[in-house]
Amino acid sequence: MTPTLQLFLIVSAALFSIGLLAALSRRHAIFILIGIELMLAAANLNFVAFWRFGPQPQPPTGVLVAIFSIAIAAAEAAVGLALVIAIYRHYRTTNVDKLDSLKG
Amino acid sequence: MNSVAFLVIAIITLSGALAAAALPKLIHAALSLVIVFVGVAAYFFLLGAEFVGLVQVFVYIGAVAVLIVFTILLTRRELTGDRGINWGGAIVALAVFGGLLWTILKTKSLAIRAPQIEPLTVKRIGEVLMTNYVWPLQCVGLVLTAALIGALILVMEEKREER
Repeated sequence: MTPTLQLFLIVSAALFSIGLLAALSRRHAIFILIGIELMLAAANLNFVAFWRFGPQPQPPTGVLVAIFSIAIAAAEAAVGLALVIAIYRHYRTTNVDKLDSLKG
Repeated sequence: MNSVAFLVIAIITLSGALAAAALPKLIHAALSLVIVFVGVAAYFFLLGAEFVGLVQVFVYIGAVAVLIVFTILLTRRELTGDRGINWGGAIVALAVFGGLLWTILKTKSLAIRAPQIEPLTVKRIGEVLMTNYVWPLQCVGLVLTAALIGALILVMEEKREER
């Protein structure tokens, strides 16, 4: 018995929901970024799983989309963490509940 | 494709993800995130996309996880006010998971086994990246450069004001 596409999609959906849970319910900015990274990993898993189980296209589109998505995720993480550091320097906190004023 | 390997990786990945979402200490959550990335990379290997798995290990574990740990160490003064998982987020996440699960299980065309494919070589990926996908590749390079310069400027600007 080999795993079907459904099982991969269920694992990926669970990973996405856990990432959403982290992004929605934690108050610390870095936890929110961790949640976003989890959701992106779930999306990449979906791309590669659909590539593997579908009819094989030439060129291998799913794999390439996953590679580009990883590159974009790296850029997102760099900018997000730089924002966290900049906000921390300014407000001396990373609790997103306390960041409620513009032009601080 | 081995279903025992699938189950083991699923358990490791999902427990790592739960730990990353729910642990009270940030540094523990960041290290649990590394477990999740290793699990997802193992899935890529299982699915036959070895190159993506290696890229996942290099980029996520080598760069993103280290970046997160550095940021935690640079901002680690105040951790109060984080009450962990709250009910609203849990309900929304469960609703999303329930909806996705219902849709996945209801779609019968998804219950398929993996077809036999010829292995995807790195040579093939390189050829495709240099022919069909050369413009997306250049755009991603531009985005990465802009993001890194932007990150540097974001972090430097505040210092200049304080002077």
